[in-house]
Amino acid sequence: MFNSLLKDTNHRQVLFFCITIILFSFIITLLSDLFSINFISTSFIKTLGKTLCLCVIALSMDVVWGYCGILSLGHFAFFGLGGYMIGMWLMYKRTEIIVLTASISESLPLTPQEISDAIGNQIFGVVGGSEIPLIWAYADNFYFQLAMVILIPGLLAFVFGWLAFRSRVTGVYLSILTQAMTLALSLYLFQNDSGLRGNNGLSGLQNIPGYDDTSQFVISIYFFWASALFLILVFIFFFYLVNSKFGSIITAIRDDETRIRFLGYHVESYKLFVFVLTAVISALAGALYYPQAGIINPAEIAPIASIYLAVWVAIGGRGNLYGAIIGAASVSLISSWFTSGQAPSISLIFYKIEWVNWWTVILGLGFVIVTLISREGIFGFLKSIFIRKV
Amino acid sequence: MKHVFNSFLLIFFLLISFSVHSNTTIQEFINSNYKLISKSSSKTVDPVLNDIKIFNQDDVKKFLILWKSKELSIIKDSNLIVYTEKKEDTIIAYDIFNNNEIGKFTKKQLKSIKPNSGVRSKIDSALVEYQILDEDINVRRESLQSLKRDIQKTHLKILRTAYENEIDNNFREEINKVLNFAILKFSKSEQEKLDVLSFFSNDTSLEVRASLNNLLNTSDILFTNNKKIMGNIARKIIPNKTYKNNDGTSNYILSSYSSNKPELTYNDAYDLLSNNKKVLPRITKKIIKESLVSNIKKLKNAGFDISSLNNDLNRLDAYNYLASINVVPPFISKEEIKKSVDKFTFYTEYDEISSQVTNKTKETLKNINFRVNIYRYIDLFVDGISLSSIYFLGAIGLAITFGVMRVINMAHGEFIMMGAYTGYVVQQYIPNHTISILIALPLAFIITFGAGVLLERLVIRHLYKNPLDTLLATFGISIALQQLAKNIFGTQARPLTAPSWLDGALSINDDLSISYIRIAIILMGILFLLLLLFIMNRTRLGLEIRAVTQNPIMASNMGINPDRINMLTFGFGSAIAGIAGVAIGLFSKVTSELGTEYIVQSFMTVVVGGVGNIFGTLAGAALIGFLQKIIEWFNPSNTLAAQTYMIIFIILFIQFRPRGIFALKGRVKDV
Repeated sequence: MFNSLLKDTNHRQVLFFCITIILFSFIITLLSDLFSINFISTSFIKTLGKTLCLCVIALSMDVVWGYCGILSLGHFAFFGLGGYMIGMWLMYKRTEIIVLTASISESLPLTPQEISDAIGNQIFGVVGGSEIPLIWAYADNFYFQLAMVILIPGLLAFVFGWLAFRSRVTGVYLSILTQAMTLALSLYLFQNDSGLRGNNGLSGLQNIPGYDDTSQFVISIYFFWASALFLILVFIFFFYLVNSKFGSIITAIRDDETRIRFLGYHVESYKLFVFVLTAVISALAGALYYPQAGIINPAEIAPIASIYLAVWVAIGGRGNLYGAIIGAASVSLISSWFTSGQAPSISLIFYKIEWVNWWTVILGLGFVIVTLISREGIFGFLKSIFIRKV
Repeated sequence: MKHVFNSFLLIFFLLISFSVHSNTTIQEFINSNYKLISKSSSKTVDPVLNDIKIFNQDDVKKFLILWKSKELSIIKDSNLIVYTEKKEDTIIAYDIFNNNEIGKFTKKQLKSIKPNSGVRSKIDSALVEYQILDEDINVRRESLQSLKRDIQKTHLKILRTAYENEIDNNFREEINKVLNFAILKFSKSEQEKLDVLSFFSNDTSLEVRASLNNLLNTSDILFTNNKKIMGNIARKIIPNKTYKNNDGTSNYILSSYSSNKPELTYNDAYDLLSNNKKVLPRITKKIIKESLVSNIKKLKNAGFDISSLNNDLNRLDAYNYLASINVVPPFISKEEIKKSVDKFTFYTEYDEISSQVTNKTKETLKNINFRVNIYRYIDLFVDGISLSSIYFLGAIGLAITFGVMRVINMAHGEFIMMGAYTGYVVQQYIPNHTISILIALPLAFIITFGAGVLLERLVIRHLYKNPLDTLLATFGISIALQQLAKNIFGTQARPLTAPSWLDGALSINDDLSISYIRIAIILMGILFLLLLLFIMNRTRLGLEIRAVTQNPIMASNMGINPDRINMLTFGFGSAIAGIAGVAIGLFSKVTSELGTEYIVQSFMTVVVGGVGNIFGTLAGAALIGFLQKIIEWFNPSNTLAAQTYMIIFIILFIQFRPRGIFALKGRVKDV
């Protein structure tokens, strides 16, 4: 049976991918502090874990854009919303633990009202409030917030997508509209009375309630593995999705929407399904990403983030799941390497090139060149070399 | 012995300082009050300023002016207050009133008297009554100005005299106005106040409104258990039921969804009563907690489980137990609170006694506010037009390129930025702001035109088949240009200063003033509209652009070179962005992020307006500009919310007109 699995090229590809990621995760774990080798620091493991999450959202972007042809400039909004929803639980629960620990020294046990007042003060004191907003009503319930991670971004994507696709907004118009949606959301979250702490955002998310005694290193390894597993699952799911009949239909919609409509398919439903599905997966990726990042604020949701996402996918190679992963991983890692000031600056005779300042220029121009020369990005480029060799 | 004598002397001086005899001279009066004068504070200075008025007017005036202008000193040995003049190393002291030289002193023997600002303003208002009758009209004007700032009860009489004696008719009117304020504030005559109110009925100035609003000031919340209440009642307050209006009256809260909060809750009312010792103090949750904590041993002995005291019910039980053994005062239940409060009537009074006056004031204020609102609507309208002009300038270039080439230029915002920086650089070389702006405008046009043509030739030309790819490629250009600007000009904002004749505002009244820069931007918007209409409708280029917009293939069949038109259009659209950049830079800060602030709004304008039509962009800009201002009008403190709601509105708008207000007619394939 296993042999029959391997005969199919598709299954072989998926297996190859899974083994690569698992091997990669093992190597990283081995080189980390776990066996006192200490070759890789905790913060770098977190960076890698975060990168895996970015790969997941890049996969979503690739499916919605590369396969279905909807250039959404709003998927980072769903990613951020997912982070916010899980962040609410993390922050509430942790504050509750702090409040309850502090109350032990008091002579009377606290009433529920007093507990929630104290939590409200801790969380919302920074935006000048102490009342817990209505949207935090079930923030102490992990399963509820986890459901919200899926429901809220899913609902937003559904309503927006339904309105947009129904009125047959396509192409550039649609991109601009998704960008507007993202901007509206981030502006809304920037307000102090949005109930999500305005521009302070949610913080302290790296502390997982119930795991106070566990060191950050172990938590980061857990999250790294969770992210790797999630990436594998999403890859397998998307891989079989795009290689199914459904995948053929959405690719056809990308190439000629009108013709598919005339063939009797309900194009809007297909597009809406892809849009909502990818939004939900982005949100789940966000829910895994932000506990590793530790902080989320509305600036993360700004339209520019979603555009960068498109850049990663385009550079990696759209219309190909490997391409999205290669693009997201390489560009985001290289970007953070250059912009964190680790790259050595180059001294010319008359000018000193500081990479912090010039990296974005190179990225922007590089992006233009990729768009002009190779529509299939790095992956397409690699493939053409490989095929020529064969 | 000497000390005793000294202190005796001091007490003596203090005693006589408070009793002024009519037979003393002003100099004696001053010397006897030397302490109050030399170490004055605004709280202690009043007796001196009042008592000194019995002396000769000219003398008093002279003394007060010298005192105010810090030209008096006190001789430390004799406590004599003198006027001093510095001559080389020594200081010569003069008698204040007859200018006789008293002697020469060194710096150490004298102490100059420096009244603080509070004292100076008190002196000012005392001086007023002398100066307002001065022969010199400038002195009179000045004194009226200082009187206006702080009208006192005593001024009423002075103002009446001044009004009757004034010969200058214009100034007489000014005095009349101030006199009217004084009457509203201090007069005892009801009829006089009513007359003044009729006089003010058409005046919308801020000071009139402030003075009328002061007439409607109400007292703190009062209460009584009498059925009948005397006095000029402003409002009756029913706990949990009424809220306060702006004019001091009260209204019922009709539904629980109302945004109005009750002015007084039952608990507030009860606390008010207990503060005035009418009832026993309320036992709050906090008091319960504190008494439980302090009596925790007694509770343990009585068999209470302390860990169960984690809710209000159990805590109340424990408290009631403590009350039953007389350790704490008994708990007062909600029903008891309600019962006690219901025995009383709560109300407030107007500070003004006459109800006729307050009623007339309300009526007058209503009329005035009606007029004020009209001015505010006009102001809002002008605001909306100027914001629309900005959006129009920002978006029209985008709309033309999108209309002709189906290409969204994400770097459009960076062309706006480029224009603004051009203006900044020009100002570095040409200090005259007027000339530099006049040079910057065409220069920005040329530079951004060149940049646009370059971008079209190098990048966009190769991507015509794929509009989405141009979106991404121009985005790459956008981030590269933005970072480049950051590298060259730094992250801090650069100033682009408007010419001085654009400073200030066209002030029509207190509520309506339009800054010249807004007018300039509106004019610029109109100018560009006309220019574009001319180019598009009256020139060969415009004809060709329109042809390519409507049907590129047919246009090329007619001998138009679409390639050339595309290049020129793109350059032209970018150039307009450059000029808009100079205009935008004049009123906002020039940073590398200038473009991003306007780009989404510009996109919205194009999407709402519809492509390829100047009037479409105009309509889109007007819709968005006005919409944003109107939303801000309802929620002025929150511009972020305004933008959020506006974008949501636009998303909904697209539902009904997916191709914008002015949809392009013809067989244009979907983009």
